[in-house]
Amino acid sequence: MASNTHSTDAAHGDAHGAAEAAGMPQLDFSTFGNQIFWLVVTLVVIYFVLTKIALPRIEAVLSERQGTITNDLTAAEELKQKAVEAEEAYNKALADARAEANKIVAEARADIQADLDAAAAKADAEIAAKAAESEAAINEIRAGAIDSIKAVSKDAAKEILGSMGYKADAKSVTAAVTARMKG
Amino acid sequence: MAEQGAKQGASPIIKIAFFAVLAVVLLSGVLFSPAHPGLAIHPMDQFEIKPLFGDGHGKLGLFTVTNMTLWMVLAIIGIVLLLVVGSRGRAIVPTRGQSVAEMAYGFVYKMVEDVAGKDAVKFFPGIMTLFMFILFANFLGLIPTSFTSTSHIAVTAVLAMIVFVFVTVLGFVKNGVGFLGLFWVSSAPLALRPILAVIELISYFVRPVSHSIRLAGNVMAGHAVIKVFAGFAAALGVFSFLPILAISAVYALEVLVAFIQAYVFTILTCVYLKDALHPSH
Repeated sequence: MASNTHSTDAAHGDAHGAAEAAGMPQLDFSTFGNQIFWLVVTLVVIYFVLTKIALPRIEAVLSERQGTITNDLTAAEELKQKAVEAEEAYNKALADARAEANKIVAEARADIQADLDAAAAKADAEIAAKAAESEAAINEIRAGAIDSIKAVSKDAAKEILGSMGYKADAKSVTAAVTARMKG
Repeated sequence: MAEQGAKQGASPIIKIAFFAVLAVVLLSGVLFSPAHPGLAIHPMDQFEIKPLFGDGHGKLGLFTVTNMTLWMVLAIIGIVLLLVVGSRGRAIVPTRGQSVAEMAYGFVYKMVEDVAGKDAVKFFPGIMTLFMFILFANFLGLIPTSFTSTSHIAVTAVLAMIVFVFVTVLGFVKNGVGFLGLFWVSSAPLALRPILAVIELISYFVRPVSHSIRLAGNVMAGHAVIKVFAGFAAALGVFSFLPILAISAVYALEVLVAFIQAYVFTILTCVYLKDALHPSH
């Protein structure tokens, strides 16, 4: 019930307030000069604070940050380039080392081959010398054997002739044996 | 099953909390209901300009320090705190205050660059001044019992006239008579052009009016509505929680309006500046 009376009062008060609102403080021209004066003062102060201190400072900070970021990016790019170069150098060193190793292996192999060849040649020569020596010895032995056979044949022929009653002439026997041996 | 149990467990707590709040509100309504319920809502009283010193009823001279002076000075202090003190570290990695200052700088700078063009950047400090002043006046005005400078048509009219006069003079200085091309719509049929020129001319001179009344009207209306609801809250006793809820909602809206109106005023300034620099349609 109490609230009911309140709301009727509220309606009254509202109407009252609306009537009063006709005199809006905004339309009180006597205050305009004062308002405009203080507004202009405020704007001038803000303008000077901004142009003299705040805006140059913020601009400097922003551009400095931009510069730092750009520098960092450039540095990162350089480091990346260096890393690529280092990798290339590493690969190159690796390839060089591999080539060197191959070369050394090939040289060693060539050396060994040369040694081997020399040794083989020497051995061949020795073998050849030994073979020639042996052949000479064999020939000597063979020659010795033929001489012995000749002598034995002469003696045998002389004996055979003697026993058959022929006077064997040593000269002609020798000639005959030699002629037979040749044939 | 368990889920249902949890829900049933949660809902009584909410219910109890709700009823507790309601009980407190009702009780306080009964206890603190005004002794004289005769309602006096004066939503416009908050806009009165009074001398700050003396009995508060003296006559206003041109240089009298008023409550408006106080809140304008507070706006200056706020701007200095944000943009000067906030950025004093000049840190590459900004502190919280500095990044807000940088954000405000970037926000307005980008607006000027995008809307008015690259050659308008030299007017950026002036536009920043307008934006920061309106923004801080609007937000400081949201503090209860404070005074809102931007609710006064005299203030916003001066702001709008500064923009209007500056832009018009700049237009003629930059383009000479060619600035009048702004009113001569060369893309329209020749017969229509004089009519359009009249319309364009009228709309050009209406600009400062709409520019100023939009800001003052929005701010004033929001504050007056809050005050009217506050008057209801004082009168309704037990049911005062209804207008208090409404005040909360309107206040949230006003926070939005405070920013949006500063933004709108600034972006329109940029649009007018663009017209002055490039008057061709």
